[in-house]
Amino acid sequence: MKKVLLLTVLFLASAVTYAGGYRVSLQGNKALAMGHTGVAVINSSELVFFNPAGLVYLENKLSVSVGAHGVLADVSYQNSATGDTAMTEAGLSTPFYAYVSYQATDWLAFGLGIYTPYGSTVAYEDDWGGSHLVNNIALQAIFVQPSVSIKITDKFSVGGGPIYATGAVNFNKNLTRTLADLDGNRSEVTLDQTGISNWGWTASAMLKASESLTVGVNYRSEIILSAEDGDATFENIPNSPLTPFADTTFNADLPLPAELTMGLSYKHNDFLFAFDYNMTYWSVYESLSVDFADELITDTTLLRNYKDASTYRFGVQYEASESFTLRGGYYFDESPVQSGYFAPETPRNDSNGYTAGLTFKVGDRLEIDASFLYLQFNEVDASYDYFVEGSGGPANLINQYSSFGGTYKSSVFVPGLGITYKL
Amino acid sequence: MKNTIKFMIGLLAIGLVSCEPEFENAVTDEGFYDAGDADFSNYVALGNSLTAGYADSALFVSGQEDSYPNIMAQQFSFVGGGDFTQPLTSDNLGGLLLGGVQITGNRLVLSADENGNPFPATLDGAPTTDVLTSASGPFNNMGVPGATSFHLVTPGYGSVAGVANGTANPWYARFATSESSTVLADAVSLNPTFFSLWIGNNDILGYATSGGSGVDQAGNLDPSTYGGNDITDPNVFAAAYSAQVDALVAGGAKGVLLNIPDVTSIPYFTTVPAQSIPLDAATAGAVNAQFAQYNDQILPLLVQFGVITQEEADSRVVNFVEGINYPIIVDNDLTDVSQVLQGPPGNLPEELANLLGQLRQATSDDLIVLPASSVLGSVPDPSNPLGVVGVSIPLENQWLLTTTEQARVAAAGAAYNAVIEGLAAANELGYGDMKSALADVAANGAFYNGGVLTSTYVSGGAFSLDGVHPTPRGYAFTANTIIDVINTTYNASVPKVDIGTYGTVTLHNN
Repeated sequence: MKKVLLLTVLFLASAVTYAGGYRVSLQGNKALAMGHTGVAVINSSELVFFNPAGLVYLENKLSVSVGAHGVLADVSYQNSATGDTAMTEAGLSTPFYAYVSYQATDWLAFGLGIYTPYGSTVAYEDDWGGSHLVNNIALQAIFVQPSVSIKITDKFSVGGGPIYATGAVNFNKNLTRTLADLDGNRSEVTLDQTGISNWGWTASAMLKASESLTVGVNYRSEIILSAEDGDATFENIPNSPLTPFADTTFNADLPLPAELTMGLSYKHNDFLFAFDYNMTYWSVYESLSVDFADELITDTTLLRNYKDASTYRFGVQYEASESFTLRGGYYFDESPVQSGYFAPETPRNDSNGYTAGLTFKVGDRLEIDASFLYLQFNEVDASYDYFVEGSGGPANLINQYSSFGGTYKSSVFVPGLGITYKL
Repeated sequence: MKNTIKFMIGLLAIGLVSCEPEFENAVTDEGFYDAGDADFSNYVALGNSLTAGYADSALFVSGQEDSYPNIMAQQFSFVGGGDFTQPLTSDNLGGLLLGGVQITGNRLVLSADENGNPFPATLDGAPTTDVLTSASGPFNNMGVPGATSFHLVTPGYGSVAGVANGTANPWYARFATSESSTVLADAVSLNPTFFSLWIGNNDILGYATSGGSGVDQAGNLDPSTYGGNDITDPNVFAAAYSAQVDALVAGGAKGVLLNIPDVTSIPYFTTVPAQSIPLDAATAGAVNAQFAQYNDQILPLLVQFGVITQEEADSRVVNFVEGINYPIIVDNDLTDVSQVLQGPPGNLPEELANLLGQLRQATSDDLIVLPASSVLGSVPDPSNPLGVVGVSIPLENQWLLTTTEQARVAAAGAAYNAVIEGLAAANELGYGDMKSALADVAANGAFYNGGVLTSTYVSGGAFSLDGVHPTPRGYAFTANTIIDVINTTYNASVPKVDIGTYGTVTLHNN
């Protein structure tokens, strides 16, 4: 296995490395251990997410997979021109998943999945250098997806289903780089909304091309989470008609982009090799536009200008013994953030994901799945160049935008644990 | 199963360890920035209100935190700088008490009326900083608002008893180490390894802001006889200044000497235009008729009798036109003809003679001071609507700095700066040309990340509402200017700050 991993890494060494936006690719411990491949891997009810068309090929009448990951993510920031430094407060977020599949007939299977494919939790020290862009943000989205899987022929199946998405967002930032009350407390706004929901869908197909080779494709639609009448709370606002920031409500759209996955798996003796390619259609995220109900408060548009981004995933599985299955993987994840739009609320540059894990069989029906992911980032010099400055100086001389940037370094480590129950 | 758990715990441990992302070259690493030939471990700043962080006509906590020495000290922390203490006041109101009685005003804030038109207003509130509840000095920031060059070496300048009778400074009295100490002695007692000295501004500023109400003391070598609005004799300045430099370098300290900017480029003098009196044709004609005798008969007679020169007579002619006019003013440097006019052949009544005594019309070269904006064009006596300041009542001398007065200020400033530059060279100290830096901001603006800093009142961002002292952003610009000098002089690489992250004027309605 080592050799295979090494070969894979060498093969990709010259490529640019890639992670992106607020997509959290942690939808199954078995899959993650193999570089989060799975569109062509018939392993467990994790297929509800990766490729519902494959559910009909599962051997068991009932298959349940439940698990969670602990995301330990940190970001360091420094600016060598000023000596300014910052580090995110260490926090733990726990994306989870639960999948059930049920074999109704030999050509029809049903599935149900609950998972958390999007989210972001980043907290800097209040009033840090980039506080006009973000102090802290917590974004969660939970997807509920009933699925159906239909075998068209012995070798070809299709699947899909509707997705109900529900989300919550809490975003705190300072209003500008300098606005403060009499005592110098920085003026800030908190945007908060829970229970934002919308519908989407997924569709997929699987082809068992031969005994060894399986090919799959999966598409998950874009879902726009539209916050309506969320709470906008302002603090430390100067007592002045020139700063009319009173608590109000807001509307804003947060897009959860569509994702297309194509991949294959190849079985050779006790080994299974898998490759997935993801295209995430991030270009839908042009800006975060906040429309305040209070007409006295200027609506704000935070330009994002994301681009569509690819992820390349490689995984290998080795059935070491009756009890143990070992897995390893690697992926590179392209950041959707374009040059000049590196906002510290999603401070992700291209990354290398190294994964490993195992399944331990406890009897015939129960399996324990463990995985870990180390996401490696290089230092990156990046900036957000589109913060709209307020007044101050003759309009014809003012730069419309100020820039905030420096050197960022991220580190993400994700241990995960789950169980699979088969009947 | 047990092994699996152990395995997971092991992975978790690896994760926690590897989670702190570290830079290959962290700015916090020793050696990332270089102190060069300087030792910043004990920095002491000596000066006046500018050094103290005074702004908006007051000294208050948040302003002190953005004083240029405090900003510099924060940047020195990257190159071995130590703690930097300041005599922080007790609140953000800024007023000063002496035994519970308020003796200086609260700070200015930018208020706005119901139409959003902004205007400076004094902040309401009962201040809590009392001269008698002394802060325990000395402090690294030895900036004393109001201090002149010779004040820093005057014993008793921090005497609490002297505050009441006007011989001592209330801000210094808060933290002077004794009734008889000097600012310089207190500063030197800290054994600084590095210092900045910015003193001399008040040696000309009081004269300038009072519209030349004081005396140019050139030739008078006894500063104890000076009034608050006088110009310090350059030799007195040189003696005081060199004593300070000698004392500061005696312990081997390195430092930077900062010269005196041209006070006439600050918004206090550039905001209110001299050409400010709108008149229609009829009114202009009526007013001119009032001055016809003065223009056509009195002035030629005065020349004829040799009382004034033809040149002075020309400068004293009053002529209003339809449109925006220059006001009539009292110019103390004109020949006072009030006594002559009361005698023959004119025999003018005393009141009229006094009115015309040192009268002329302002020109574009005269600088009107900021507080005059509420005086120009006003009608001081409601029962006499024809008594308009600038038209029928001359603007008093205190409201403007004439070209003659400007020349005195400029001559003294140039003499001081020659002393400062000479001492910097002789002692191999850094020389900060603050005069050129400020002139550049006034003439061209200073571009920064997100905008441009100018000397325009309120909107320019550089100057606080008193029109004299910088905003936090202006102080940050000052700190960067000085850091540049330090880096060049001492081969250091102290990082500068992003001045766009420092505020300007404070918005508040009482």
